[in-house]
Amino acid sequence: MKLSTLLTGAAVALAMATGAMAQDKTKVGFVYVGPVGDGGWTYEHDQGRKAVEAEFGDAVETVYVENVAEGPDAERVMTQMALNGADLIFTTSFGFMDPTINVAAKFPDVKFEHATGYKRADNVSTYSARFYEGRAIQGHIAGKMTQSNIIGYIASYPIPEVIRGINSAFLHARKVNPDVEFKIIWAYTWFDPAKEADAAKALIEQGADVILQHTDSTAPQAAAAEAEGVITFGQASDMAEYAPLPRVSSIIDDWAPYYIARTRAVMDGTWVSTDTWDGIGPGMVAIGEISDAVPADVKAEALAMKAAIGSGAYHPFTGPINKQDGSAWLAEGEVADDGTLAGMNFYVEGLEGDIPG
Amino acid sequence: MDLTAINPVLLVASLMVAATPLLLAAIGELVVEKSGVLNLGVEGMMIVGAICGFAMAVESGSPMLGFAAAAAGGALLSLLFALLTQVALANQVASGLALTLFGLGLSALLGQGYVGVKPPPSPRLDLPGLSDLPVVGPILFGHDPILYLGVVLTACVWVMLKFTRAGLILRAVGESHDAAHALGYPVVRIRILAIMFGGACAGLGGAYISLIRVPQWTEGMTAGIGWIALALVVFASWKPWRALLGAYLFGGVTVMQLNLQAAGVAIPVEYLAMSPYLVTILVLVILSADRSGAPAALGRIFHASN
Amino acid sequence: MIVLEKRPEPSRGWSLATPVVAVVATMIFGGIVFGLLGTNPVAAIATIFWEPLFGEFAFYYRPQLLVKGAPLVLIAIGLSLGFRAGIWNIGAEGQYIVGALSGAAIGLAFYPAEGWYIFPLMVAGGALGGWAWAMIPGLLKVRFGTNEILVSLMLVYVAEQLLASMSLGLLKNPEGFGFPGSRNLQQYPSAHNAELIAGTGMHWGVATAMIAVILAYVLLNRHMLGYQIRLTGEAPRAARFAGVRPGRLILFCLGVSGALAGLAGLFEVSGPAGQVSIDFNVGYGFTAIIVAFLGRLHPVGILLAGLLMALTYIGGEIAQSSLGLPASAIQVFQGMLLFFLLALDVLTNYRIRLVQRERS
Repeated sequence: MKLSTLLTGAAVALAMATGAMAQDKTKVGFVYVGPVGDGGWTYEHDQGRKAVEAEFGDAVETVYVENVAEGPDAERVMTQMALNGADLIFTTSFGFMDPTINVAAKFPDVKFEHATGYKRADNVSTYSARFYEGRAIQGHIAGKMTQSNIIGYIASYPIPEVIRGINSAFLHARKVNPDVEFKIIWAYTWFDPAKEADAAKALIEQGADVILQHTDSTAPQAAAAEAEGVITFGQASDMAEYAPLPRVSSIIDDWAPYYIARTRAVMDGTWVSTDTWDGIGPGMVAIGEISDAVPADVKAEALAMKAAIGSGAYHPFTGPINKQDGSAWLAEGEVADDGTLAGMNFYVEGLEGDIPG
Repeated sequence: MDLTAINPVLLVASLMVAATPLLLAAIGELVVEKSGVLNLGVEGMMIVGAICGFAMAVESGSPMLGFAAAAAGGALLSLLFALLTQVALANQVASGLALTLFGLGLSALLGQGYVGVKPPPSPRLDLPGLSDLPVVGPILFGHDPILYLGVVLTACVWVMLKFTRAGLILRAVGESHDAAHALGYPVVRIRILAIMFGGACAGLGGAYISLIRVPQWTEGMTAGIGWIALALVVFASWKPWRALLGAYLFGGVTVMQLNLQAAGVAIPVEYLAMSPYLVTILVLVILSADRSGAPAALGRIFHASN
Repeated sequence: MIVLEKRPEPSRGWSLATPVVAVVATMIFGGIVFGLLGTNPVAAIATIFWEPLFGEFAFYYRPQLLVKGAPLVLIAIGLSLGFRAGIWNIGAEGQYIVGALSGAAIGLAFYPAEGWYIFPLMVAGGALGGWAWAMIPGLLKVRFGTNEILVSLMLVYVAEQLLASMSLGLLKNPEGFGFPGSRNLQQYPSAHNAELIAGTGMHWGVATAMIAVILAYVLLNRHMLGYQIRLTGEAPRAARFAGVRPGRLILFCLGVSGALAGLAGLFEVSGPAGQVSIDFNVGYGFTAIIVAFLGRLHPVGILLAGLLMALTYIGGEIAQSSLGLPASAIQVFQGMLLFFLLALDVLTNYRIRLVQRERS
């Protein structure tokens, strides 16, 4: 233990020395779980990194490592960035949570930002986006536009993030169309274009004319493009190449404003550990352009909902809402608290089937 | 639960699409293994084919040129494997794995500029009258040309192996390279040709994913299909028609799994996702009584020492 | 024309020289690729090979070489026994996963009790889990003659699904707010595979890998069983006449490789990784196959090959972040290194001769 403290001390001293040498430039590191060419999750984080470079020019230097496996590899990559004088490190996958905490403990002077996790420290912030706000708007458009009343949903893994999205979309689709029904396929992958394409086809063949996806590739868009009369929404990135049909809108992860703000905070010396869960209002969740395939009145309603959510006037989880088994969850006018939302592990009333796992 | 929502005709039509990349890669590998060479680099050759085909199709606007480029790209990469194993006499298992690693990296480098690009659409067979027939129309007459190419290729390989002199020589090389060598056949040259055929087929299979089944380019998009193709060859006990059957079975289980979920059947997803693999093992055990087909010299290094 | 002539004995000189030649060749060709990508080739090569060993922060990277290399060596040692006997277990990745799952499950079952006996039980569980998973292709091969390459490979995918199911279900951290993944064993002292000497990277997995290298060496060179393994690989028929029982040898080789892969998984999950999660496995089982062949199936060779692979991984990460090279360029570089090592190995066993030959 003593030797470890000593070595850590040496590491920190060295890191500080390097940091001091490179004082003029702020160094920002990004650790990615996928390739920057995935066209989805990691791609959008890398867009955020580029926005930081564009904003600050020569005052910052950004570095990144892609395809980092969760676990010891992630820990090593973060340590290496810290040793090489990074002032701020963004770790962009849930599985990087414990490695981030471990490395942060060894480098108290380096700031860390972990996406989608729940563990914080004096030099570790967490940030995540309220994608379910965008899902509410998707649900509204989907409920209005479906002819068959069957909406297909390609889900990845049964985790709170995904379940929240399903619930939010379903509530708002039902609100405008009481006959609407959800068919859900759990793909058990974040990214497998062939499987996603097959899942989309299976849903379309079973009558779905709206496909919502919580996986990252554009494969479902292409599958829908081939079938007539099916609409989709872009996920993570805009997927505008499939507009105006089948893609009628999209939810975009826009990390740029947050990354710029946090980098500026480090440069100003005003950085403090925070827990950020931003949605449409602050611009972390953007709604891609609603195409002309959507009727004008539906588009207007969707934009009104976007404005209401953005201003805080409307919360997508506002009671009365019952859980799937019929028990009461939110009373009339009651708004879901962030704790329940963050750990959501139940369907709302009206959804069929069980959450696997 | 609503099983009536599953349309069997569409199910069969889409499982044929899901099976085609598997079938193409498996038929190629079958020929390679029949010549006595085990190339575990199928995944690497598929993904290189996927990007070569995609890039060519995007640049030229012609999906068919894309498929040609994919076959060429796959064959070129497999030539590397041929050099290693046939000329430098390196171990085939290790060379194949290294080929996959290399192919995944190479494809990602080549594909840097193609993320988010939409490829030109591939034409579909549209026979007036026939394609509109109920049931048989969508199953038999409504697909893209490459799907038929897969079936035709299966037939050709079957005929070649079973009825032609070339097939006889290929099998002889795979059974005993020493005997074939003694009879004066150019063992190394035959094997290199077989390996390149396998590479071309794997490349086609990869391009089928990037140009038709998905269609888009993303890194690592073959997502393990090459490995399943390898399994399929053994599953088929090196018989072309069984490879076709096996590919449809694999495609069928995958598509069926997704359809059952969509129909609301409460199935434990992760266990169902295991099922194609467990079924393969089971079929293997059942078929194990039949030991014909396995090339005796599979994976052995050939060196004409005297 | 050029012909290869088999050497009566493998050349000692070449067997030592080829790895060096291969590394130099990779540096040249890899440098060209890096140059084409717009990176200074000399800086890139220096970063990959020099930085982790002798650079400014080598005090951190050197122990990491052990952490990254140990699972590779441990798995490859087990595989090499089977490969020598012509028994092809290519499903070590699956055995690694199942070993990690069963070992971690034992530890988590005891939570939050503390006791000296917990970690040894987990180690036993990990080895047993990997062993049992490898026994499936083993028994099927002995009983029905099914192909072990295929069965062991299929079981990798089954194990991956099992892993997803476990990290989302049975082994999920009850205090994890519904997120996937188990409790972190690093925060559970009795189950934590901590560094034996802090700052050195030496954990039980590294120690076990070293022991495995020594035992494999002794087994192959000094023991009857090692002789039988070598004989079966080189001359299966002669082996049968010499009294080798093939069934038992298959079960032994698959069992040992499975158990070692399971151990590697257990040491990883309880130490560096810390928890069972959906993407816990990172391909060590497949990379180990390459390591086994790079090491020419020799225990000492495997040790060196494992460290070399670890070096390219760690150096590659440094090159990514300090030079902005894409991960795919590093993969291509690794692929080249393997190609050259495999291709040049021919010089050890064969002599190249130029001969005039008349066409008949």
